Amino acid sequence: MNLDRRHFLVMLPAAAIAWKYVLAGTPEASPNYTMTDHWWSMLIDIPKCIGCGNCVRACAAENDVPEGHFRTWVERYLVTDWHMESPEVISPDGGKEGFPAAAEEANGKYFFVPKLCNHCTNSPCTQVCPVGATFITPDGVVLVDQTYCLGCAYCVQACPYGCRYIHPEKKVADKCTLCYHRITKGLTTACCENCPTGARQLVDLKDPSDPIHAFLKTHYVQVLKPQMATGAKVFYNELDGSVR
Amino acid sequence: MSLTKDAGHLFRFAFLFVVAFAVFLVVRHFVVPKSFGEYGHYRGAAIGEIAARPLHYAGHETCETCHADILQMKKAGKHAGVNCEACHGPLANHAGDPSIQPAKLDTAVLCIRCHAASAAKPKNFPQVDADQHSGGIACETCHQPHSPAIQSGGTK
Repeated sequence: MNLDRRHFLVMLPAAAIAWKYVLAGTPEASPNYTMTDHWWSMLIDIPKCIGCGNCVRACAAENDVPEGHFRTWVERYLVTDWHMESPEVISPDGGKEGFPAAAEEANGKYFFVPKLCNHCTNSPCTQVCPVGATFITPDGVVLVDQTYCLGCAYCVQACPYGCRYIHPEKKVADKCTLCYHRITKGLTTACCENCPTGARQLVDLKDPSDPIHAFLKTHYVQVLKPQMATGAKVFYNELDGSVR
Repeated sequence: MSLTKDAGHLFRFAFLFVVAFAVFLVVRHFVVPKSFGEYGHYRGAAIGEIAARPLHYAGHETCETCHADILQMKKAGKHAGVNCEACHGPLANHAGDPSIQPAKLDTAVLCIRCHAASAAKPKNFPQVDADQHSGGIACETCHQPHSPAIQSGGTK
């Protein structure tokens, strides 16, 4: 190949850009784990949730979630007849200790809705961070770099799902990490591990053998607030329209 | 040249500008973390740091490597899908050092967390009104938690 000086100089920046992309695909510290091989999300099967609060307790124990704050929580809905716009929603202590017994409601329906960070593909929370302390990883998990966060709470306001809070002691943003320290080691999240009915399932959308693909083909699934185009990745099976 | 005669102040200004820019570059070099921008507009090393956080739940696969007998019992029963730590609590420290004994469990608290009757629960989920159902007798008198269907002969 004959390369004159002019062409060589033109090629230099192109090579630099190419090398940057090669480096971007380099796996992180966890051995046998390649970030670019995964695209994590979660499936929540509403008809299976019994509102036991195991996920909330497990999350708090696994991630040292401060008292009174939640990375995941469970809401109980009561929708009477056609009143879809005014459901009665309760979530005592995030559902951590379960729910009070409900009496049969002749004219309505009850259901539980576990909530957590939706790990949005186009998340408003990461877009508003003024310092680059929150971001979506190459494997699709929205994380907070707590050593870099200033605690301005702009992201807390920006999240349409109310999934972030300011840690009362660290004074920085805190949120669900989708148990990033577990999923990168081949384990499932603490909430999924401890869900007794299988209502929560960790999902890897890039894994062709993941049962999610068959599930999505055969079920009617929704994400929360799709009109906001956040690219939410927590899929809810049989989600009622009254859920906000 | 009349054009450059009075241009000295411009050169001084340009010089100041260049020096300020050089200072900015030097400060930036030291202030911006090494891995910033590795994957995007954030500190790339943060991903590894978050991935290195400690585990509290060992995961049922870890439990099953030692407690294969319980796994066999569980597999046959209705609690096959309930993972160990859902009732036993976080036991990564026990998995790392088996001499650390897990706390004794209280079925009076545990069973009812899931099985207390409530109209809000899915209809096909087994639910009981504890007082009515057993009249205060402990759950494990009739139901073995690892395989809860009532065995012939009552206890265990």
